[in-house]
Amino acid sequence: MSGTVQDTRRNPARRIDWQQHVVYLGFLAIFVFFAVVLRDTGFLTVRNLSNIVLQTAPVTIMAIGLVFVLSAGEIDLSVGSTVAVSALSAAVALNGWGLVPGVLAGLGAGLLIGAFNGALVAWLRLPSFLVTLATMGLFAGVARSLTDLRSIPVTNGAFTGFFGSGTLFGIPSLVLWTVAAVAFGHLAFRETRFGAHVLATGDNPRAALVSGIRVPRVRLAVLTLSGGLAGLAGLLYAGRLQAAKYTLGETDLMTVIAATIVGGTLLNGGKGSIVGALVGSLMMGMLNNGLILMGLSVSDQMIVRGFIILVAVALSLREKAS
Amino acid sequence: MARMTAPVLALRDIRKTFGGVVAVEDFSLDIHPGEIVALVGDNGAGKSTLIKIISGVHPPTSGALTIDGADVTMSSATMARAHGIEVVYQDLALADRQSVYMNLFLGRERVRNRLGLLDRRAMIAETARLVEELDVRIPSPHAIIRDLSGGQRQGVAIARATHWARKLVLLDEPTAALGVAETARVEEIILGLKARRIGVLMISHSLDQVFRLADRICVLRRGRQIGVRRTAETDKNEIVAMITGVASGVE
Repeated sequence: MSGTVQDTRRNPARRIDWQQHVVYLGFLAIFVFFAVVLRDTGFLTVRNLSNIVLQTAPVTIMAIGLVFVLSAGEIDLSVGSTVAVSALSAAVALNGWGLVPGVLAGLGAGLLIGAFNGALVAWLRLPSFLVTLATMGLFAGVARSLTDLRSIPVTNGAFTGFFGSGTLFGIPSLVLWTVAAVAFGHLAFRETRFGAHVLATGDNPRAALVSGIRVPRVRLAVLTLSGGLAGLAGLLYAGRLQAAKYTLGETDLMTVIAATIVGGTLLNGGKGSIVGALVGSLMMGMLNNGLILMGLSVSDQMIVRGFIILVAVALSLREKAS
Repeated sequence: MARMTAPVLALRDIRKTFGGVVAVEDFSLDIHPGEIVALVGDNGAGKSTLIKIISGVHPPTSGALTIDGADVTMSSATMARAHGIEVVYQDLALADRQSVYMNLFLGRERVRNRLGLLDRRAMIAETARLVEELDVRIPSPHAIIRDLSGGQRQGVAIARATHWARKLVLLDEPTAALGVAETARVEEIILGLKARRIGVLMISHSLDQVFRLADRICVLRRGRQIGVRRTAETDKNEIVAMITGVASGVE
């Protein structure tokens, strides 16, 4: 509905909004490419494709948080470390006290880390880039010291069912979590006053402020939300892998940022897309999967992924220049 | 209190200091419904400080501020808005990547229920009506601000202020960045506020514009109120003399 009725007379070139479409075109192009190149290696099997969806669930959920954060003009670099701390907290609490304390510990750790970031950004007015760069390192250290670098097994059947391998009406729980997070995220972002305030804050903080929007509160909220969703991602990792380790989420940051930006969210605020982030995340997952099936080494995979991110960032910044 | 003459805004002996520096002193002014008052003076004369005092951004050091006969202490922009005062800032304070209708409702979005679900339909309809009424020529309520011309943006900012202001609109250099045709359009919109019985206080550096629009002209120099003149009873020479303080015999 919205965003389609626009003046195309003044500057037609600018109105072709590439960011809104590049992710879908990219997704299709990569899918077709792998489908052709990897036709003999089982890329197109239902099993492989559903695996991609299951594996990307934590990244998708982190990316939803990052859409809010970036749209508000902030950034959260600490999501990976938050995942590790949350998963470990959940695992320890699960083994000691059971399902509910485990879930609460995992989500609570994420929310607390997010609120900590948010408080520093909102009230001490520190740049989120520096705050979350610091807490990324800080909580990576916490994750390591929490369990002495050991892996904690997660054996609670209810937990691994709920957050990992379980199904409901034949649908894997990881898919349900993804769908629920995307649906709620999209609704909150697009259709609520909160979402409008997030966009206004990222677009023009001064205008937001003089319009009565409580800008510090918005900043606190988006970073807390991001931490909470990273906590949920930690639970999903722990549930699927049936173990928690300090390495969880360690390499996700780049993938999450790439998925979000390829999906049409601007790095400098004021514009974002939850559905775009989902497709971006699936695209990154498919890329990983396909590159592995193609037999690329880990280092080659990193190089290709790095290029994709470069292209994404270039497309994102083009709008800013116009 | 007399109905027709009651001022929407009365300032009495307003004084504002920043540290030891006096920015504004002994300032008194009434603005009546449907009246346009121009605030003129050189750079640093205290015009913007005065706008900020009235809009609640900088509370005055001393002095009284009365709205519709009631004393108010204003400590935030939110409070000023609650009292029916709206400001059009020089930089317009628009969110560039959002639509016209979201900007008109920035911070005051219409919602359908307690969950805060946006009522876009109502916001779009109201925007279309307002834009029509004020004759702000924009392509559509959905248009993105950054795709609009300077005059259109100014129109959106004034439309927003008009929509929410019940009593008073403050305009800080409303046409500074505009061309001739766009300036004329914006001036028409400002005159439209008068017709709606809204008081207008505007800062302008263009004396031609001031004489076209204002009912009264208030001159500031170095934080002091030099005088207030009815536009019909003065001329540019007198105002220029008051602004610069060059001619003798001016208060």
